[in-house]
Amino acid sequence: MDGYIIATVIKAILILAVISALAGFGTYIERKILAFMQRRLGPMHVGPYGILQIAADGIKLFTKEDFIPSGANKIIFMVAPIITAATAFIALAAVPLLPEFTLFGVTIRPIVSDMNIGLLFVIAMMGVGLYGPLLAGMAQENKWGIIGSARTAIQFLSYEVVTGLSLLAPIMMVGSLSLIDFNEYQAGGISNWIIWTQPVAFVLFIISGFAETNRTPFDLLENEAEVISGYATEYSGMRWGMFFIGEYANMITIGFLASLIFLGGFNPLWIIPGGLAIILKVAFFFFLMLWVRAAWPHVRPDQLMWLCWKVLMPLAVVNILITGIVMMV
Amino acid sequence: MSIDNLKNRNVGVQNYRMLDLEPTPKSGWGKFKRVLSRSVKLELFVGLKVTIREMFKALFMGEMHTVKYPFEKLPISPRYRAIHEMKRLLESGHYRCIGCGLCEKICISDCIKMDTRYDENQRKEVSEYTINFGRCIFCGYCAEVCPELAIVHGGRYETASEQRASYSTFEDMLTPIDKLTSQKEYPGFGWISPNADENIKKTPLAY
Repeated sequence: MDGYIIATVIKAILILAVISALAGFGTYIERKILAFMQRRLGPMHVGPYGILQIAADGIKLFTKEDFIPSGANKIIFMVAPIITAATAFIALAAVPLLPEFTLFGVTIRPIVSDMNIGLLFVIAMMGVGLYGPLLAGMAQENKWGIIGSARTAIQFLSYEVVTGLSLLAPIMMVGSLSLIDFNEYQAGGISNWIIWTQPVAFVLFIISGFAETNRTPFDLLENEAEVISGYATEYSGMRWGMFFIGEYANMITIGFLASLIFLGGFNPLWIIPGGLAIILKVAFFFFLMLWVRAAWPHVRPDQLMWLCWKVLMPLAVVNILITGIVMMV
Repeated sequence: MSIDNLKNRNVGVQNYRMLDLEPTPKSGWGKFKRVLSRSVKLELFVGLKVTIREMFKALFMGEMHTVKYPFEKLPISPRYRAIHEMKRLLESGHYRCIGCGLCEKICISDCIKMDTRYDENQRKEVSEYTINFGRCIFCGYCAEVCPELAIVHGGRYETASEQRASYSTFEDMLTPIDKLTSQKEYPGFGWISPNADENIKKTPLAY
């Protein structure tokens, strides 16, 4: 039992360290990819190809003055960024990041906790993440913040519905909420991937994933052109950095979820070992988010709501119905 | 970018590509047709294709647009009017200025101040010559009026200074005597245009 606790703590710390480092690296990758797509160079001067820009940004964020505006509700203002960052990492607890491997004769399962409600737990934690932006916007005495948190509420709440409904159909097929079961269900190679049997669910999940991670076609929460910085208007320094890390950790989580549920997870792919396969898949989803950001304009809040309630949700329900009928017959 | 692109100042001869914008549909049926055509054509994916194409062009085909400015500079037109230069005669190395004072006279922002005297050969020599670059508006009249092509505009356009009034003396602007070999016949602002011969018309002497 002691060994189990120690192993879990080590895993949790490792995941926290690796994913937050990856989130920092993600900002660099995002700036580079966006720059290349606009035929710019991106960060170039700090270190080779600007790779130490992450360190420079980190030093800047850490050494900035910790600032709480006088009109803000102090406690909520301080707690809100922690909620965003914490829930983003807690959601990763039920996600198997890599296949099992053996290190020094010990078999290690790279998942903090393989609970039987894994997927539900991840979705719930990402749903709780909504409280971060919501409270942050309402804690400050600032109209942009209020508008930002109102947008958070409408966007996250409605797209939670689409995420849940779109995942119901794969859950019905697999018959389990554990992501490891999802992975084993697709163990037979590319033809067994759930994306071939549930293409609509995959598209719906990707769309709502973009909305939940607050990425570009749906980045209404902190859209500079409309609401300055939305819920993060009065944040600076490390508190703002926590929102950022939370957002990038959420992007990585969505990438893991999409590749585990629909794209065969960490099963070996031809000659590619499983661990590398899932990293490639997650990297593809991360790249897709940046690619979409470079290519597409974002939608208006009313278009966002229209898309969610009048198009995506009926599609998700119909998809569940058809899946159910096919499974019954 | 080559210097030829800069020299071409004929607006309208470049290859512009017009966007084929359709008029906004008015009726419901027109809107429906547009939605259908856009969905079938998958226009969102066309957007993705364009961005990834630009990325590959930039990375692998050398079409990056960025100029790393302080380290590399774009070529400027030879007729650009930046900080003044004083030229020397190519044969003797003596400065070209004959001290006529036309540049001081024509300067509309009163930034040129010059003083002359006769030297031992009874030739006009410049005893004092300053340009206040805090006042200068780089209109180019001085270079245009100079009969000897002595004061011209060079290409040094990075002119930030610590003080509002920054004076430049004759010696600062004069071509150093050891650089005389690299001074070329000046093609820029103040010099007659390449097709000057074609533009000359006979002055009628009588009606």
